[in-house]
Amino acid sequence: MTETPNLNTEGYDISPEARANVAITTIDKIFNAGRRYSVWPMMFGLACCAIEMISAAAGRYDLARFGMEVLRPSPRQSDLMIVSGTVTKKMLPQIVRLYNQMPDPKYVMAMGACASGGGPFKEGYNVVSGVDKYIPVDVYVPGCPPTPQALLHGLMKIQEKIDTEKHFTNFRDRTKPIEPIPVPILGPDIIDPRDYETIKDGVKSGPLTTVIPAVE
Amino acid sequence: MNFGFGILRGLMVTMGHFIGTFVEDFKWIGKRYYTPEGVAHRSSKNASGIFTVQYPEEKLPVPEEFRFIPFLLYEEGPDGEQQDRCTSCGICAKVCPPQCIWIVRTEDPDTGRPVPEPVEFYIDIDICMNCGYCAEYCPFDAIKMDHQYELASYDRHSAHIYNKEKLSMSVDYYAQIRPTNYRREEDIRIAKEEEKAAKAAARAAAKE
Amino acid sequence: MTEMAPAQEGTLEARFPGVVTHDERKGYEGYIVQLDKLTEVAQVLRDDLGYDFLSSVTAVDYLAQKEDEESYFEVVYHLYKSTGGSALVLAVQTPRDNPAVPSLTPLYPGAEFQEREAFDLYGIDFTDHPDMRRILMWEGFEGFPMRKDWKEPYFEEDVKPFANRWPGGQVYRIEDHNPVGKNNQYPQGFDPESWSPAIEDALYDSLRRSNAEYDEIEDLDTEQVIVNLGPQHPSTHGVFRMAVLMDGETIVALKPVMGYLHRNHEKIGERNTFLHNMPFTDRLDYITSLSNNFGYALAVEKLMGAKGVPTERAEYIRVIMAELTRISSHLWAIGFLLNDLGAFFTPSLYAIEERELLLDIFEATTGSRMMNNYFRFGGVARDFPEGVLERIGELVTERLPRKVDELDRYLTNNEIVRTRCEGIGVLSPDEAIEYSMAGPMLRASGVPYDVRRADPYSIYEQFDFDVAVRYHGDVYDRYLIRLDEIRQSIRIVQQAVERIPDGDFLTGKNPYQVRVPAGEAFGRVEGPKGEIGFYVVSNGKANPWRYHVRAPSFINLTALEKMCIGSKVADVVVVLGSVDIILGEVDR
Ligand code: SF4
Repeated sequence: MTETPNLNTEGYDISPEARANVAITTIDKIFNAGRRYSVWPMMFGLACCAIEMISAAAGRYDLARFGMEVLRPSPRQSDLMIVSGTVTKKMLPQIVRLYNQMPDPKYVMAMGACASGGGPFKEGYNVVSGVDKYIPVDVYVPGCPPTPQALLHGLMKIQEKIDTEKHFTNFRDRTKPIEPIPVPILGPDIIDPRDYETIKDGVKSGPLTTVIPAVE
Repeated sequence: MNFGFGILRGLMVTMGHFIGTFVEDFKWIGKRYYTPEGVAHRSSKNASGIFTVQYPEEKLPVPEEFRFIPFLLYEEGPDGEQQDRCTSCGICAKVCPPQCIWIVRTEDPDTGRPVPEPVEFYIDIDICMNCGYCAEYCPFDAIKMDHQYELASYDRHSAHIYNKEKLSMSVDYYAQIRPTNYRREEDIRIAKEEEKAAKAAARAAAKE
Repeated sequence: MTEMAPAQEGTLEARFPGVVTHDERKGYEGYIVQLDKLTEVAQVLRDDLGYDFLSSVTAVDYLAQKEDEESYFEVVYHLYKSTGGSALVLAVQTPRDNPAVPSLTPLYPGAEFQEREAFDLYGIDFTDHPDMRRILMWEGFEGFPMRKDWKEPYFEEDVKPFANRWPGGQVYRIEDHNPVGKNNQYPQGFDPESWSPAIEDALYDSLRRSNAEYDEIEDLDTEQVIVNLGPQHPSTHGVFRMAVLMDGETIVALKPVMGYLHRNHEKIGERNTFLHNMPFTDRLDYITSLSNNFGYALAVEKLMGAKGVPTERAEYIRVIMAELTRISSHLWAIGFLLNDLGAFFTPSLYAIEERELLLDIFEATTGSRMMNNYFRFGGVARDFPEGVLERIGELVTERLPRKVDELDRYLTNNEIVRTRCEGIGVLSPDEAIEYSMAGPMLRASGVPYDVRRADPYSIYEQFDFDVAVRYHGDVYDRYLIRLDEIRQSIRIVQQAVERIPDGDFLTGKNPYQVRVPAGEAFGRVEGPKGEIGFYVVSNGKANPWRYHVRAPSFINLTALEKMCIGSKVADVVVVLGSVDIILGEVDR
């Protein structure tokens, strides 16, 4: 079990004998306590890191202790997307679509070097250099692969992040519809609809390619 | 086979695990959890019943060879200043499979010869594949693999390219996390130095 | 390769004078076949000479390096006899513009996916291939990426190490230098808005076409529907996708779609030095890293000759580690097969528990739970730390046999397992050989072919163990054979732990630059998923010219359609589970 979060708001006096049972707190905190103990990850594995994710869910590390054992195969029922492995261009449209289908508030964790920044396969022609190029990422867990304990540490970071949020107070903001992220298209290379203009300008005179800085 | 015996037998196995937990708990009253022996027992060949390690309160012991992100070693000089072991020979940068190491070497402004010390040393941990080659092939034992794995962060763009300052650790730290390796390397080093000294003495003796 | 009987050599060259010639290049030992006679030669080889098992098909791009050299593509075939013995290597050469080679798929159906891969990555057209589409990349992708003159967006230099890392290495993130910042590039004049993707059409066409072939199923007048399983589907073991054409609940055609984890292993592998590739092989089949290390080390050691011969102790360490890997992989496979049957997670939990204990041993020895990077050319990276060998001994004598029996008791006679598995996904012995199946898939169909015995490598000849075989070729037998193999592996480890000699764990000094003479080599080992082979071509430089992986999971999928036709949709998941694929290896 992780530590029970301290629900108490500062400045209220509770008699010592009642402390175990009574807390004076804000609705936000109760909200967050509920959410932090029921983060449902999506059952979604991409590569080697997914094996460590499964190991973390299995007996020895036991995600259930964090209330996270309910791996949902459907994005519509999950709060957390663990991008566990190399994100390839061919898979990317699906990942973005899955992300769009998740209900708010949603969290994304980039697990491993590959998901964070391309990892050892970064230079490959079919590899996306970091999933954060397309979808926002909340927590990065380095390692190749991160051990299950490192993953759990990352999940605790997510819980900490949840603790700081004020979803109830900011309820008004949350009623606005959220713009889905445009789904990339598979063309001669992957195309992000947000980049149309850059691409169009760029390919006028020649192919659009990377320029590597020269050695001094 | 038609009477559900297979399923019952399966359930018995699960039941065995369930009961095993309590038997073990009873045997180990109070010491099964949150103690190093408890953790060791739960990951030994005799483990039965609950297998879970209660991270973060208790952690699996990290074996000495475990590797995660590399770090650079410095020795403490007589006045407490850091003396890098690294001579910026570049072998780690050459042997790194995903090429995630960048080293800047400078030249002595007076002599024009390269200074055997890196001015800058970078590792992009979003590319690093934790293979351990840099540590294995470094001829000066100047770069080693760390045991620290709890590195999750909220931002990679500012934090995930490690520079020399962030990578540097003292030799004492190394001796603490990898005692056997440290001992072995020290022994080799001392043996070499003795050999050198003996040779020098022999040469001096021959001259006379 | 080396012990090729001289009489037979004579037969082949004498039988096809002028058509088949011995490969005279230095370090090569195969035969070069005339392009238009390939099918004829292959027919004779298969029917008369007994080379009925086509293990690997791959292409090499010999792009001229100097002015007076010729550029051509070469397609390389590795043939074996299913009764055992060493390889016969055939090569055909085709010009680089409009390359075309007759397809061997009609003779050896197991070549189907491999030829498609060569088409996808090299643009070589295989005439008469029944289903010539891209396989790893998507339809519409620009260029053929494995060609030597094709450059990816983040291309820095032809070979590693890159010059700008040292000594003047100002750090940068390469995405900052891409105009779009996203590892992509576009041809000149490309207009994104008028692009209309037709990515799936070819797939669905092929699905319908293949239905026409199999159209024997009795028809009520029903409408056929296409169902896509994956790429994000809990039962596809990762990012694998199957497009299924169904008539009611019955499957009439099925096409696997892969490439969702295509990480360009081979392209990166050709840029790496020989040593760099070792940790990359870990990430092929990431459940069985040590077996992959083994195969790659064998291939390079073959090229290195006398310098690369491992020490006696190293051989023992290798065998122990490879067999422990097999145990852990099979445990995983059994657990997840049950998962696919609907026994959600409980059996896997027990299997993973044992696997964790094995991983502890790997972690203590190699430094990492999964990405071991442990083998070096001529030995291993380090010796067992203190106490580990004893731990292994205890595990294989005391714990694992008991736990395997427990799994056996738990699952084997379970009536749900039996009704769901027996008679499902049947593959006859002949079909299994035709489709180039390997490993447990082949042996469950009654073909006692195990590379450890059929073409012994390392020191397996010194151990006492049986090749497990089962004869029904269905899912249930594939489950049983994994249990059998775990038991045999335990036997091997027990013997090895007892007999392991003292000594060095590495020949030579473990230099960071390995000298590898020019030539080609195919190193293969019996991995847990089947025969894993590494085809390495060296031109004497620091980097391999060609680096190809014969991936058992990938090739085992060739028969997936065959096994699934006529069964129900729920069975597909089980059949796939019994093939035991790992996507890192399927897509590479
Ligand atoms: S970070 Fe490493 S372990 Fe994770 S998916 Fe990438 S290569 Fe595999």
